[in-house]
This record gives sequence, structure tokens and C-alpha cells, in this order.
Amino acid sequence: MIQSLALARTSEATRESARTPARPSAAPDRPKMRAEALRAHFGKTEVLKGITLPVESTTVTAIIGPSGCGKSTFIRCLNRMHEVVSGARVAGKVLLDLQDIYAPDVDPVRVRRRVGMVFQKPNPFPTMTIRENVLAGLKLNGLRPKDTEELVERALRQVALWDEVKDVLSRSGTSLSGGQQQRLCIARSLALEPEVLLMDEPCSALDPIATARVEELIHELRERYTIVIVTHNMQQAARVADFTAFFYLGELVEYDRTDVIFTRPSEKKTEDYITGRFG
Amino acid sequence: MALLGAEVNAGDVLFRGVAALFAITIVLVLGAMAIQMWVAARPSIAHSGWRFIVGRDWDPVRDSFGALPFIYGTLVSSLLALGIAVPISLGVAVFLTELAPPWLRSPVSFLVELLAAVPSVIYGLWGIFALAPFLRNHLEPFLGKTLGFLPLFQGPHQGFGMLAGGIILAIMITPTISSVSREVLRAVPDSLREGALALGSTRWEALRHTILPYARSGIVGAIILGLGRALGETMAITMVIGNRTDISVSLFAPGYTMASVIANEFTEATGDVYLGALAEIGLLLFAVTLILNVVARLLVWRVGRAPEGARG
Ligand SMILES: Nc1ncnc2c1ncn2[C@@H]1O[C@H](COP(=O)(O)OP(=O)(O)OP(=O)(O)O)[C@@H](O)[C@H]1O
Ligand SMILES: [Mg+2]
Repeated sequence: MIQSLALARTSEATRESARTPARPSAAPDRPKMRAEALRAHFGKTEVLKGITLPVESTTVTAIIGPSGCGKSTFIRCLNRMHEVVSGARVAGKVLLDLQDIYAPDVDPVRVRRRVGMVFQKPNPFPTMTIRENVLAGLKLNGLRPKDTEELVERALRQVALWDEVKDVLSRSGTSLSGGQQQRLCIARSLALEPEVLLMDEPCSALDPIATARVEELIHELRERYTIVIVTHNMQQAARVADFTAFFYLGELVEYDRTDVIFTRPSEKKTEDYITGRFG
Repeated sequence: MALLGAEVNAGDVLFRGVAALFAITIVLVLGAMAIQMWVAARPSIAHSGWRFIVGRDWDPVRDSFGALPFIYGTLVSSLLALGIAVPISLGVAVFLTELAPPWLRSPVSFLVELLAAVPSVIYGLWGIFALAPFLRNHLEPFLGKTLGFLPLFQGPHQGFGMLAGGIILAIMITPTISSVSREVLRAVPDSLREGALALGSTRWEALRHTILPYARSGIVGAIILGLGRALGETMAITMVIGNRTDISVSLFAPGYTMASVIANEFTEATGDVYLGALAEIGLLLFAVTLILNVVARLLVWRVGRAPEGARG
């Protein structure tokens, strides 16, 4: 039953991504987020050298590029997580709904509430149960929703984890397998209903089946959320993303619709990278 | 000889043997000490029986030995010390790991650890010359005025007493608790911190709901270490607690501790019963330490056990 549903979703998703213009709802004149001349430093080293890049509303944007080129740093700048590392600095602007999140009067806590993040390595809270992990964002923000059971079920169903864990909700979040933990972490972010979801190589610790699940999930989520995903997997970028940005040594080499990047890139470097000539 | 299994590695056997020997030695030393004290305490146990633990009268001249004031003094001064030292130490540890700018961390840690290296007789002298007068002239009158309706803060202001003892102990155990807690907090994976922050929590919320729960058993371990030091501390507290065998609810009143009475009276103790009484106090101190340790461990284990299947 579940499986046939999942299959149905996949085929629908495939049909959709086969359609050429990214999405009719994407309003190119007013992106959900926009980095402007964004520079990021770790101490004295400049890691991002002036990135200007839009993130269109309710679409999936993939960031690709060789290891160490600044992909993680870039998305960590989008929800002000970069500055959490000691010695890290940011210069430039990041607009969220036209408001600069680095303006002096902006509280990073509120930014992170609106721009959620899923990390490369699953990090459920080990001292909390599965249920508490899903509700952690609300608890940490001092919110006490009434219908918690319903909320937990909805969040876990969204990530196709409900049927696997519904009987063990009071076990620790770390008692799950790596793939389940990652889906739990996604559910934890979704329970807060962020406007933007940043995912840093969310599938790198997952097997092909769990990866397929997460990709399906991304397809569904982009109906309502704006998603930025870092990935090392070209096929994954091609499958899930509407737009793709190619980073190299801290610079944005090329940004375009995914099908353009993968079929007729305008930069030689991009072509070399996606055809596997380096990286 | 069989090809697999039967062969043993001589190095490993030797290593295992030596390690086991060391481990056993500790148990043996502990056991030997307990037995030795029990043997020495036997005349007193025969003489006083249960009255030793519940009696309040300590009069060696009339062969009357009631150790309750010492037990009371040790427990109250140590708990008072914990009450003062635990919040301060946790504050120091949290500041050093979560809040302080990096350049400030090592100098402050160094200073805190330096406190642990000061000999306890120096603390005692400082207690006599600085702390006790300050308590007598300032803190005790102030507490008497503001919280004087509590029996804890009534009576004459003498400076030397339970309050002075508790404060001295608190200062002495703060470095222990804070440096161990700091290590424990440092061992909390950054991924948890970042996970909490990325959900839009403030640093305080992240600390309270994810970092401290993760570090809880380690922090309790740090507190137990501090408590152990407070229970056994002798020199400094002897110099400021007043050394009177009274049980008084007021923290201003002088008291006495188990470690202090052993140190003070051992050289002048005459006769088997008197010596035995001091040995029995040593045995009790041993037992009190053991019981508090077990209780604290049970507390960690029962209160908010990590959910089933937690690794981390
Ligand atoms: N905490 C840190 N301190 C100093 N330098 C760092 C730190 N984290 C990353 N860097 C440097 O910043 C650069 C960009 O790192 P980043 O993690 O953004 O790369 P990435 O594109 O995500 O790589 P990967 O694909 O391997 O995850 C790298 O050169 C790295 O050495
Ligand atoms: Mg990365």
C-alpha cells in the first residue's frame, strides 16, 4: 500500500521534472532569498568570494561543486549558522523576502526559525525520544501546541517514517538507523514549518532506498517550501532540482535551470565538472 | 597443537595480569583500611553501641561519646558548600565552554584551576583573617536583617561557624566541579549544539534542553567529586567552623565536623575507648561518603533516565 503510493508519487514527480520550464509558480522577479556579494571568512581565509545568487520561491535549488569549494559554508550563511563557528565572519547581504538577514537589527534566532536546516550527518537529540525530537523545535522555541500527537504523526508521515516508528515513539532518537535518523531530522525541521529548508548533503549517509525516499520527499515539499540542497551526486541534482548552481573555489561559476546546466552549460569548467573530468 | 584458538599471546596475558593486579590492589587497600578501622573502633562500639550515632553528648572525660554533632556538622557544611559551589561552578563551566570569547577561555580556566592548587591551610588562614571578620561585621548582620525570620539566620554574629565553614568549602570545591564540568560540556558534540541553534533556539534554550541533558551524568559525577572533597576536607574547615560540639539550626552558630574532631583530638586521646571513638568516627565518615555517593548515583539513574536505546 505504502509502496504503491510511493511509486505513484515518483512517477508523478518524474513527469513533472520532465517538463521543461522549471515551474510556472516561480516568480523570477522576486526570489524567496537572494545572496548579494556574499563573502565568508574563517579567520583570515576567505572561503566565499562574493557570491550573488537568487533562491527562487517554492523551487529546489541544488548547489554542486568539488569538495571544499564552499557549498556548506554558503548554505550556512543563508540561516546565519556560519557565524556560530568561532572566528567565522560574513560580509555582504542575504535577502529573505527582500529583508537583509545580516542587518544589525535582525535577530539570528528568528532567521533560523524561518530558514530550517538539515545537516549532512543526522543529529537527532540523543536525550530525547523520537516524539520529543519531532517536537524539539517547538519546545526550544517555547511553543506548546495542543494537538501534539497529531502534529507528530503529520510530521513523521511527511517523511514516510510514521509506519516504521509509530510503535516506538518513546525510544531514543538515536536508536534508529542512519537513514531513519535523517528522516527524523527532516521531520524535526518541518514541524516548525519553516519557509525555506536548507539541506547539506542530506543523503550522503543513506542507502539507495532511503535516498529515493528523501528525494521523493523533496519533490513533495517543494509544493510548499523553498529548498536549497547541497549534493555531490549529479544524478540527484538532475532529479530533484529546478535550478542548479555550480561553485568552484569559493566562487559561483554558473547558475541556471537544471536542464540547461546539465545539457548545455555555458562555462567550460561546469561542463568538465559534470562530465567528471575533475572534482 | 591446534592451529586456531589454543595459542595464547604471552604479552597479552602478562598485560592482563598486571592490570588486574593493580585493580585488585585498590580494592584490597580499601578493604584493609575499613577492617583496620573497625578493629580499632571495636572498644568504642562495645562501649557506646547505637548511642554513638544518635547521642549528642561528647565528653571524653566522663567516657561519654555521642558523635551526632560531628555527623551533623559534616553533612550540613558539605551540603551548604554544594549549595553555593554548584551554581557558581556550572556558571563558570558554561561561560567557559559556551559563551566566553576564545581569547578569554584559557586564562580564566587557568585561574580557576589555580584555586585548586592553593594549600588548604592558606584557605584556613584567609578564613580566619578575612572571611570570619567579614561575616561577623557585614554578611551575618545583613542576613539576620533580611532573612532573620528563618531559624537558619538567627542568633549572635560570631563569624566563626557553620556559614564560614560552608563558604570555605565552597571555594575549595568550586575549581574541582567547574573544571570537570567544563570538560564534560566540551565533550558534547557540536552537532547537537548546531542542531538546536538551527531550530531557532537561543543559546540558553539550546543549553537547557539539549546540552545540559546530554551532559547530565557527567556533571553529577563532577558534583560527587566536589562533595567527596568537601566531606573529607580537614584543615581549612577546622580553622573556621568554631569547633563546638553543638547542634544548632542557625548557620551563624559554631559546629564541628568528623574530620576536624579526628585531627584535633587524636594526639591527646588516651585510652582504648577514646581512641576507638575517634576510629569509629573515621569509619562513619567512610560510610557517609559511601552512602552519599550511592544515593547520588541512584538519583542520576532514576531521575530522567535517557530514553531506551540512546547512544551518544
Ligand atoms: N571550521 C573551519 N575552520 C576553518 N576553515 C574551514 C572550516 N570549515 C571549513 N573550512 C574551509 O572552508 C572551505 C569551504 O568549506 P566547506 O565546508 O564550505 O566546503 P564544501 O564545499 O561544503 O565541501 P564538502 O563537499 O567536502 O562538504 C574549505 O576550504 C575548508 O577548508
Ligand atoms: Mg560540505
